[in-house]
Amino acid sequence: MTKTIDEINEKIKSGKVVVLTAEEIISYVEENGIKKTASDIDVVTTATFSPMCSSGAFINFGHSDPPIKMSKVWLNDVPAYAGIAAVDAYIGATELSETEGMNYGGAYVIEDLIAGKNIKLRATAYGTDCYPRKEINTYINKDTINQAYLFNPRNVYQNYSVATNSSPKTIYTYMGKLLPHFGNATYSSAGQLSPMLNDPYYRTIGIGTKIFLGGTVGFVAWQGTQHNPETERLPNGVPVGGAGTLALIGDLKQMSTKFIKAATFTGYGITMFVGVGIPIPVIDSEMVEYLKVKDEDIYATVYDYSVQRRNKPSYGRVSYKELRSGKITIHKREVPTGSISSYLKAREIAHILKDQIKNGTFTLTQPVANLPTEGTVKALDIVSEEEL
Amino acid sequence: MVTEKLMLIFPPNIVKKPVVYRIVKDFDLEFNILRAEITSDLEGKMLLEIKGSKERINECKSYLVKEGVELEEAAKGIILDKDKCVNCGICISLCLGKAFYLKDNYEVNFDQNKCILCGLCLNCCPVKAIKSKI
Repeated sequence: MTKTIDEINEKIKSGKVVVLTAEEIISYVEENGIKKTASDIDVVTTATFSPMCSSGAFINFGHSDPPIKMSKVWLNDVPAYAGIAAVDAYIGATELSETEGMNYGGAYVIEDLIAGKNIKLRATAYGTDCYPRKEINTYINKDTINQAYLFNPRNVYQNYSVATNSSPKTIYTYMGKLLPHFGNATYSSAGQLSPMLNDPYYRTIGIGTKIFLGGTVGFVAWQGTQHNPETERLPNGVPVGGAGTLALIGDLKQMSTKFIKAATFTGYGITMFVGVGIPIPVIDSEMVEYLKVKDEDIYATVYDYSVQRRNKPSYGRVSYKELRSGKITIHKREVPTGSISSYLKAREIAHILKDQIKNGTFTLTQPVANLPTEGTVKALDIVSEEEL
Repeated sequence: MVTEKLMLIFPPNIVKKPVVYRIVKDFDLEFNILRAEITSDLEGKMLLEIKGSKERINECKSYLVKEGVELEEAAKGIILDKDKCVNCGICISLCLGKAFYLKDNYEVNFDQNKCILCGLCLNCCPVKAIKSKI
């Protein structure tokens, strides 16, 4: 039994579509088997709500009179990149405030913009005959600016590491606060609800796929940076570490602060919780084989984040079922676990997307191009020009 | 019999007085020292769990105040702001008393009674939903 996207969209339009979340399909397959599930179910919704540092927004401010070709831009004292035309800028989520340090930064500017708050804009320029102004100080909000869209270079990591700390002191990392002597371990993936773990070989998620992003419609723009499809995989296709990634795009003005949330990890810096939901069409029985994946089938590798090197020592693999139980075992020690992504919020997004598909307000898309299934991540070596 | 958690703050002038000893001797209360420290202001801070009759506990509190010990209701020392919390759960892995926990629906919850005010959670929350009143 195979189904096309067009056939599924017809069912969505006629109100006959059958949708389950990636959690609900697990028991459905157990009760009904692969073939019947492939025939009965049309769409499975997946989701994640996690800190995703590689995020940011493009903004076009509009032209002042006299006009300015902004070369340096600050939004609420947070630097934005302005080396693009005259009044375009990119504000990165992890950029820190020049006045408040880690208490405020790019992600907070983005959240404040979404919330409709006024933002202080300062820009400087060298001045040209066509853009004579050399400085501007003004205020903007999402209604005064032209375009504002999130363009996140790397989101929705397909699995991720588990972090722990063997050293005698507390360390502060992008995986959160890690207590000494294996005092705790943190993990990040939404596991069985995670989009890319339910479509491990990118059969349906591709460039152009319409998704839920930050409370509104978004799209997969490209493979994300550090896209690493050749990571070692288990027989069920699940990679045992960070593998595929997605670059996402969506209209910031339509987003909600319920699904985009600025965050500060003490001692590390600023990041942004991004809520993403991806519908997966049940095109055939093979798809059901992937969609039935559950936490106990998904493994991640535990790494020692106290080793300040690119390659960190590993303490083996643990399943998401173990991670979610609240403790794992490392070196015969019981280590408490905590998630840095919200499973509750991921579940909420999966249900919102399910409802939108059921009530006909969200249709599915065929990718315009596939994501690469080959390729690895290169390292940055320190070399002289002659050595390269 | 009731159990109460109390934060005792000893100003520098009474740090050397054997006040806690009298809790057992004079008031027949059972106590467990959950935490004790000398702060940089040379104050003594002690988190006690005391068990006994409500009446004796109240008498003991009056005695402590008379001796110059400041009392704080430790039960409300740490507060989880549910409006800010995004229910990630990083705090759960850092909580010595297992006061932070995940409900069956994956909502993060906080049980004041289990909190031993270790403070490990204070700088872990990425959305600043955990606050201290002490």
